[in-house]
Amino acid sequence: MTAGTSTRPALRPGAGPGHGNSGRTGALWLKLLPLAPAIALLGIFLAGPIIFSIYGSFTNAALTGKNAKDPQFIGFENYADLFRDPNFPQSLWLTVLFVFASAIVGQNLLGLGTALLMNKATKAIAAVVGVCVVAAWVLPEIVAAFVAYAFFFREGTLNQLTATVGIAPVDWLFEHPMLAIILANIWRGTAFSMMVYQAALNDVPQEISESAMIDGAGGALRLWYITLPMIRRSIATNLMLITLQTLAVFTLIYVMTAGGPSRRSATLPVMAYEEAFRYSNIGYGTAIAVVMILIGAVFSVVYIRLLKEK
Amino acid sequence: MRGTRSTSVKSSLSLIAAGLLVLTGCSAGGGGGDAGAGDEATLRIVYQKSGEGSPLDTLMQDVKTQFEAGNENVTVQLEPVEGSDEDYATRLALSQRSPDTAPDVFYEDTFKVRSDVDAGYLLNLDPYLAEWPDWERFNEGAKAAGVADDGATYAVPLGTDTRVIWYNKKVLEAAGVEVPWAPKTWEDILAAARQIKVSQPDVVPFNMYAGTGTGEGTVMQSFYELLYGTDSQLYNEDQQKWVVGSQGFVDSLAFLKTLYDEELALTPAQALDPNIWQAVFGEYLPEDRMGGVVEGSYSPSFWQEGGMFEWADYGDVMGVAPFPTQNGQEPGAVSMSGGWTLAIGANSQNPDLAFEFLKTAMNQENLLKYTVDNSQIAVRSDIADDPTYLESNPFVADVSEVVDVTHYRPATSDYPEISTAAQQATEAVITGERTPEEAAADYDAAVRDIVGAENVVEE
Repeated sequence: MTAGTSTRPALRPGAGPGHGNSGRTGALWLKLLPLAPAIALLGIFLAGPIIFSIYGSFTNAALTGKNAKDPQFIGFENYADLFRDPNFPQSLWLTVLFVFASAIVGQNLLGLGTALLMNKATKAIAAVVGVCVVAAWVLPEIVAAFVAYAFFFREGTLNQLTATVGIAPVDWLFEHPMLAIILANIWRGTAFSMMVYQAALNDVPQEISESAMIDGAGGALRLWYITLPMIRRSIATNLMLITLQTLAVFTLIYVMTAGGPSRRSATLPVMAYEEAFRYSNIGYGTAIAVVMILIGAVFSVVYIRLLKEK
Repeated sequence: MRGTRSTSVKSSLSLIAAGLLVLTGCSAGGGGGDAGAGDEATLRIVYQKSGEGSPLDTLMQDVKTQFEAGNENVTVQLEPVEGSDEDYATRLALSQRSPDTAPDVFYEDTFKVRSDVDAGYLLNLDPYLAEWPDWERFNEGAKAAGVADDGATYAVPLGTDTRVIWYNKKVLEAAGVEVPWAPKTWEDILAAARQIKVSQPDVVPFNMYAGTGTGEGTVMQSFYELLYGTDSQLYNEDQQKWVVGSQGFVDSLAFLKTLYDEELALTPAQALDPNIWQAVFGEYLPEDRMGGVVEGSYSPSFWQEGGMFEWADYGDVMGVAPFPTQNGQEPGAVSMSGGWTLAIGANSQNPDLAFEFLKTAMNQENLLKYTVDNSQIAVRSDIADDPTYLESNPFVADVSEVVDVTHYRPATSDYPEISTAAQQATEAVITGERTPEEAAADYDAAVRDIVGAENVVEE
C-alpha cells in the first residue's frame, strides 16, 4: 500500500509525459496537416469511385428501361448471375492469359532483355533502339490501337510483308485474335519495363560485377547471382505496375477485335463494357469491374509478398 | 467534351472516356442546361451524324437557321454524335442520366422508344400533338412507333424503311437468271446463287449479313427476313413472351450455313468486319462483283448524287425483289421495318420551344427534303403523294409496296440483348463453331437467362 501510495506521486510526474503526449498528438496533427489535401484528393478520386462502384454492383441500375429511373438494391444477385454466366469463365481465362502472356512474360522479359542489351550497346545504337521502343509507348492508346489494327488486319502491313516472301496471308484478327492482341500489347508496353530496368541497372555498382568477373563468373552467372537479386525490388514493382495496367487494357482490344470473333478475345474489361453499355446493365457491368479490382488486389498481394521474402 | 466532333476517332474516344467514368461510378456532369433564364433560351439538339453533309445533318442545320430566324432570343445548339448506331445509343443514354446533360430534342431509334419511356427520358407529347393540325397527316402505322405501353405518344416519326433483295441485273443475266428476278422460296434464292457461282466464280452470288460485327444489321437485314418467313416467331405478341425451341430458328440458321458453307456469300472473316456494308454498297455491287444482297429501302441514298458512294447507273443496273417466305407460304414475302424519330427530353427546360423546333423539322417542306435525300419511306400523306418524292429514285414504289408484309421488332428493354444472342447464333453457325441446332439451343438458353423462364414460350 505504502509502496503504492509512494509510487503514485512518483507516477504523477509521469503524467508529465502524458501532457507531452497530447502535445505530441498536436504536433502529429500539425505534421499530418500538409497531407490533408492529398488524402482528401485520394479519398475523392480513388476511394470514392471504388466505394461507389461496389455500391453500384449491388443494384440493378440500367441505362434504359424502368431500372434506369428507379434502381433497386438487389444484394448479391449480380454476383450470383455473374458466376452462373457461361461467358464469365471464358472472359476470366482470357484475361489471365492476356496478363500472363503479354505483361508478365512478354513486356517484362523483353523489357529486361532490351535494357541489358542497351547497357552493352554503343550510345548511337542505344539511342536508336530507345526511340523505336519508346515510340509505341508515347502514342495515345487509341492511336496505338489503330496502328496495331492496321498492322494485323486482313490487308494489313503484316500480310503485305509476308506476301513479299511468298507466305499466304493469315487473317490474324479473325483466326488468332488473342495472339494478335497479346503481341500488340507487348509492342506497346515493353518500353515501360525497359525504362524501369534501365534505371535499376544503372544503380547496380560496377565494382561488384567486376569483382565477380575477376572471380571467373560468366555473363549468365553474373546476371543470375548478382544483377537480378540486386534489382529484385524493381522487378517486383515493375511486375505489379504492368500487371495492373494490362488488366485494365480496353481500348487496344476494343479497336482491334471488339472482343470477337465469337467472344474469342473478350477479356473482362470488354465484357464489362458490353454488359454496361451495349446491354444497358450498369449494375451488372459494375459487378464485373469490382471482380477486376479484386483480381488486381490478388496480384498486388502476391507481388508485395514476393518483395518481402528473401 | 462537348461540341462538334470532327472525327469518329474523337467521338469513340469520348465514348470510351465516358464509359470508363461511369464504370467507376463517376458521373460526367457539368455544362449544358443553360436554358431557361429570362427570354434568352438555348435548345440543345443531339443527333447522329454519319458523315459530312449527311441528310440528317443537313436537315438539322436548315432547321436551326429557320428556327433562329423566327425566334430571335433562342440559340439552337447542335450536338451531332459521330459513330455507329450502338455508340450513338450509348452516348445518348449516358447524357440522359442527368438532367444537366440531357438534350432538349434528340434523334431516337424507334426500337428504343419504349424502354426509354420506361426510363423516364421522354416527354409525353399528347398535349402538344392535339394542337398540331399536321399530326393528322402522319400515317397510323408510323405513329404507332412512337406510342409507349401507356398508350401515349412520346416520339414523332421522321420516316420509316423496309428491307428487300437488291440484285445486280448484269450479274444475274450473265448467269442466265431471268430478270426481273422474283424468287418465290428460299430454294429459289439458293438455285440462282449456285447458278451465279458456276458462271462467275469470282462474284459473290448472294450475301446475307451474319455475326455480331454488323450488329443490328445482321438481324434486320438478314436473320429476321428468314425467321419471320418461317412458321415460327421471335416474340409472341399475344402472350408477350419470347419464343424458344422453334424449328424456324434452326431452319433460318441452316439457310445461312448453306450460304456461307457453299461460299455463296462473303467469307465469314469478311462478314464479321463491322464496315463490310460499306464495301457492299461502295465496291461489290457497283463493280458487278455481287449478285444480290438483302438491304434497306434507304440503299439509293448511298448511290444517288451527293451520297457516300455515288453511282450514276444504279437505277439501270440494280433491281429489287421482295424477300420470299421459306416455302412460299402466305403472305409470300417478308420485310422488316425500323425507323427513327424525334423526341423531347422529359427534363427539358423549354418543352414548348422544343416542340416548336420539332414541328419546324417535321413540316412538309423540311421533311420532304429529308425523306428524299435519305431515301426514306414517307410517313406524311402530303409527302407520300408529292411528285418529288415519287420520282426521287426508281425504287420508291417497289420498296413501299412491301410495307404490307413488314414486321417491327419487339421493342422491349430486353430486346438489345436478345438481338445480340441471335447475332451470336448466326456467327457461331457461319464460323462452323456450332451446328444450327446447337446454336439455336445456345440462343434459347441465353433468352431464358435474359428474360427469365416465366417470360418465354416453348414452340
